[in-house]
Amino acid sequence: MKKVVVLGGGVGGTIVANLLAKRLRKDEAEITLVDISGKHIYQPGFIYVAFGKKNPKKLVRDERKLLRTRVKLVIDEAVKIDPLNHKVHLAKGPVLDYDRLVLALGARLVPDELPGYKEAAQHFYSIEGAQRLREALESFQGGRIVVTVASVPYKCPPAPSEAACQLDYYFTKKGIRDKVEIHYLSPLSRVFPLEPVNPVVEKIFAKHDIKSTIFFNVESIDPAKKAVSSIEGETFSYDMLLMIPPHRGAKVVEDSGLGDRGGWLPTEKYTLRTKANSDIFGIGDCTDIPVSKSGAAAHFEAKVVADSVVADIRGEQATAKYDGRVTCYCDAGYHKGFSMTFDYEHPPVPPPLSLRGWIGKQLVNLGYWMLVPQGRV
Amino acid sequence: MTEEQKTVLDARGSFCPGPLMELIRGIRQAKVGELVEVWSSDSGSRSDIPFWVQKAGHQMVGVYEETGYTRFMVKKVK
Repeated sequence: MKKVVVLGGGVGGTIVANLLAKRLRKDEAEITLVDISGKHIYQPGFIYVAFGKKNPKKLVRDERKLLRTRVKLVIDEAVKIDPLNHKVHLAKGPVLDYDRLVLALGARLVPDELPGYKEAAQHFYSIEGAQRLREALESFQGGRIVVTVASVPYKCPPAPSEAACQLDYYFTKKGIRDKVEIHYLSPLSRVFPLEPVNPVVEKIFAKHDIKSTIFFNVESIDPAKKAVSSIEGETFSYDMLLMIPPHRGAKVVEDSGLGDRGGWLPTEKYTLRTKANSDIFGIGDCTDIPVSKSGAAAHFEAKVVADSVVADIRGEQATAKYDGRVTCYCDAGYHKGFSMTFDYEHPPVPPPLSLRGWIGKQLVNLGYWMLVPQGRV
Repeated sequence: MTEEQKTVLDARGSFCPGPLMELIRGIRQAKVGELVEVWSSDSGSRSDIPFWVQKAGHQMVGVYEETGYTRFMVKKVK
């Protein structure tokens, strides 16, 4: 019997495992998913934890309960991938053999890579970080909040500009907006990563007095002086630094010599097979595919990978191609939001800012657990 | 300069985060003296990328028009 091993129990890995369990007969393949914690975490909810709108417990579920019964769940850490011998070594358990391997390991936060980050910065890219930010926001009485990113790439490119909007909304409701300066430092040539959408976000920034500076790629933080400097040569002081932490690819990818210098997995952007090994697939944040590192991308990629693995296992020609599709939902505060879908061939259409767009995001947050991990949508 | 010291990043079709972020990632990962070549099908890159390269103090080695996309070759100089 063939063996399929999936590393990572996030959105991409869970969908792949469930789709394979649904489509491959029991005598065709054994499906094993390895996850370090056995917990499935809904990361788009982190920002709502930071702004006091979401209980963090609502963002975590047991991975076992999201997987089809026939998927074998191994709670362990994959420490080495051996592509030559088709094996995955685990920290505690036995070595796993595979015929097809799917890497859906996500991105890794590496705050130690930027000196001063840990003592100086707040973020909302983990549950613990979001809880600390919530406490810091509750006690903040006024001053300049600088919002920026430590490095590129990072998960969910619109997240920092969305956070700037949420800060405005939060302090307006708190009644001290006039005492808070919000300054967004963008690493790119505009405040919002998507060019067609940028004018919409610029209008929001102008309307709500959110200052911005473009082409700011962080070089260093000086915690003593409360200042952040860029490789482009500018420095800004802050009273609170809200900075997306540095990211790298998955540790096991790096330790196995499969990553590029940032640890990202070189992956063919249409077939999602890794460039070095065609029997290993890459999904989502751990890859170097030039789409946003987001659950939505992993979601759409997972279906392509499942199709290809089924074809491979059956000895058929794999024809599925990922078209670069991503769907993005943004909450601009004040119960307004927007959403857009785009792919490699079709740029996003500038969306209207609306209550409907905001409700769309809330519905996605609510419907996720029922629809997405199982591959129903 | 050998081929091994050049990184090619195919960012064609990337609307988010886009070719500029791919280039910044490549430059951050590169060592001083190495080349990073980014491929972009986004017309905005023709202004974005040279502007950032100049602002960040790197060297634009060449801009090459291909069918349906542009290749930007950048040298990391600091």
